Amino acid sequence: MKSILLLSAAAAVLALTSGCENVKPWERGNLTDYTMQPDRTPLPSGQIQHIYFSREEATGGSGVGGGGCGCN
Amino acid sequence: MNTSALKHLTIAALLAATLTNAPAALKVGDTLPDLTGYHLEGTLPDSLKGKVVVLDFWASWCGPCAESFPVMDELQKKYQDQGLAIVAVSVDEKADKMEAFLKRQPVTFVVVRDAEHKLVGIAEPQTMPTSFVIDRAGKVRFLHNGFHGSRTRAEYVDQIESLLKSNP
Repeated sequence: MKSILLLSAAAAVLALTSGCENVKPWERGNLTDYTMQPDRTPLPSGQIQHIYFSREEATGGSGVGGGGCGCN
Repeated sequence: MNTSALKHLTIAALLAATLTNAPAALKVGDTLPDLTGYHLEGTLPDSLKGKVVVLDFWASWCGPCAESFPVMDELQKKYQDQGLAIVAVSVDEKADKMEAFLKRQPVTFVVVRDAEHKLVGIAEPQTMPTSFVIDRAGKVRFLHNGFHGSRTRAEYVDQIESLLKSNP
């Protein structure tokens, strides 16, 4: 009985002090900031991806494809 | 520590954990709280009593909110003489972002800012935007999660027209 209570208490304490906090839908202003974007320069990034998939066989998976023939 | 004290402590901790996650959102059937008690920035209408109210939570960083504004402006212009009051509550943390948005998208309905997130904290919208359609008696009658273009517009028109017909 005592060990179950101890386990429950530990679980409750963990739940309260885990430090995890969901960001509420109305608190996402900072996440939408320009500085939070993973890719802030989409055009040059697209060009670089194009060069990679055209010239290198071992690339792909970024929304582009190619066999490394250099023909596209 | 004896078993009895441990039992009390466990119950208290579990209760606290439950209360921490307890939902307290504004829902259909609830009464709209008095908006003057939430330190909203901007000017609220003199009285919302007897009016059909659309309480809309929005933000300048939210794409569908920008889409919804021309529609809500059109509804406000069309139905304001019959007793519709749209109150848009911005949850922007920075006032200048909200002002820049309103400069690009001027509207005729009331816009206030919930800088302290007090009102939005009790309404707890699940998406942005979220709007509550409130009848003349002050009861929440309909809830819109998000804005889905012509579909949401048609729902707004139906709901607002049916509520405007009812007596205060």
